[in-house]
Amino acid sequence: MAKITFDGIEIEVPDGTTIMNAARQIGGSIVPPAMCYYTPLKGSGGKCRACLVKVAAGSAKDPRPMPKLVASCITPVQDGMVVENTTNDSVLDVRKGIVEMLLINHPLDCPVCDQAGECDLQNFAFEHGLSTTRYEEERRTFEKIDIGPLIQLHMTRCILCYRCVYTADQIAQGDRVHGVLGRGDAAEIGTYIENIIDNDFSGNVIDVCPVGALTDKTWRFKSRVWFTKPVDAHRDCPKCSGNVVLWYKGNEVLRTTARKDQYGEVKEWICNECRFEKKETSDWTIEGPAHIDRSSVISANHYELPVLNQSVIADLPASTQRELEKNPPLKLGN
Amino acid sequence: MQLTNRAKVLEKKPMTLAERAYLPAIFQGLSITMRHFFMKKATVRYPEEVRPFSGFFRGLHVLKRDELGRERCTACGLCAVSCPAEAITMVAGERKKGEEGLYREEKYAISYEINMLRCIFCGLCEEACPKAAIYLQPDKMAPPRYERDEFVYGKDRLVEPVSPDERSVKGIQLTPEQADKLRARIV
Repeated sequence: MAKITFDGIEIEVPDGTTIMNAARQIGGSIVPPAMCYYTPLKGSGGKCRACLVKVAAGSAKDPRPMPKLVASCITPVQDGMVVENTTNDSVLDVRKGIVEMLLINHPLDCPVCDQAGECDLQNFAFEHGLSTTRYEEERRTFEKIDIGPLIQLHMTRCILCYRCVYTADQIAQGDRVHGVLGRGDAAEIGTYIENIIDNDFSGNVIDVCPVGALTDKTWRFKSRVWFTKPVDAHRDCPKCSGNVVLWYKGNEVLRTTARKDQYGEVKEWICNECRFEKKETSDWTIEGPAHIDRSSVISANHYELPVLNQSVIADLPASTQRELEKNPPLKLGN
Repeated sequence: MQLTNRAKVLEKKPMTLAERAYLPAIFQGLSITMRHFFMKKATVRYPEEVRPFSGFFRGLHVLKRDELGRERCTACGLCAVSCPAEAITMVAGERKKGEEGLYREEKYAISYEINMLRCIFCGLCEEACPKAAIYLQPDKMAPPRYERDEFVYGKDRLVEPVSPDERSVKGIQLTPEQADKLRARIV
């Protein structure tokens, strides 16, 4: 076990835990942001530098501070380590710089992008960045690549976090067709010879993508996230767990995603059949509304009909009863 | 029970001779009425005469085009989510090849509706718009109508005309010279 101090809070974690995961055990607003690190993906992290923290004392044996800021998602803790995140101005300053770097080549087309409203980069820039840009040169753009009928790739929006590459690699074991081509400024996500990713779980690259580089073609431009209502649902799926979130608009399922935890990481991978083909309420068993953070734009303007227990409220007005018969609220269970 | 000390005891005195004579009070009242005949009128004769709008009046919405005549709206939905009255609905569509002269971005609003009966003209849609597409005109009001469904304004009534002669900037009609300049840029 190693005892560390993170932002003045002491916590004891097993040896080999990363600083990021130690912070997540404390929880709350002190947790460093992550754009590339993804717990379910082995080897992810260390690419985006969003989670840089200051190590003020390396360990109990060698209490010298680390000379540079370190990426908390890949740096393991050591006993007696003192880490500063929100309490250190230089960390917050550097984070502003990181936002600026990530946004250099990222197009500001949030009004068009389907990811807007649940975009990690949007949230990261909103919380840590400046509202202005100093970049005047031309932004890097790519030709559109068609990677199949289900997934839309917008290479221009990619921030090269490698999450999708790890996903494709680790889920589609052996038959990898998806990777990063080119180097530096010219690096891009591609499929070798524009192969279609036809693995059963390939749709998960949409969920792991922190920006709108990989989006669902069946959901493309259908609606905005904040006009839809997320509902937890499950079905008996022979391939995956079948636990998903359905995004409703009215009585229509506009898209299906995997369930995510508070850090935006999927809990269970779902298969392409669940994601792209089952878009009827009758395919699913509804569990209830999915939890959405109150600060999220997705929860804006969502008013619900109160749950009416008609057997208890005997004298419902006739007009309300007719309305309820016409538009029955989503029922729990079958 | 006395709650405050502002209460005044009303004394009912007998009327004076002048009050009992009745006519002085009548003439006093009539003189006030007559004086108002010659004062500046508080009203205007509305449809013929219109009061000047204040500079920041928020009236009927308009969906602007850019300088090349393309629709600026990209159906991002920020106006609808910011609308406290939930008056705005829209359906987005993807721009096809060959429509680049019609729509500015690859996504555009196939339908865009504002319910003027719900709208409270607060201007939050204008403030939220990232594309400077929607404006509340400072010189036009939503006119009264007979049917409720006539108040649901679609794109046919919201999008500003393409012709430079009918375009305006901040509610001020373009002069013929400005319109000619604009026409030269479009062609």
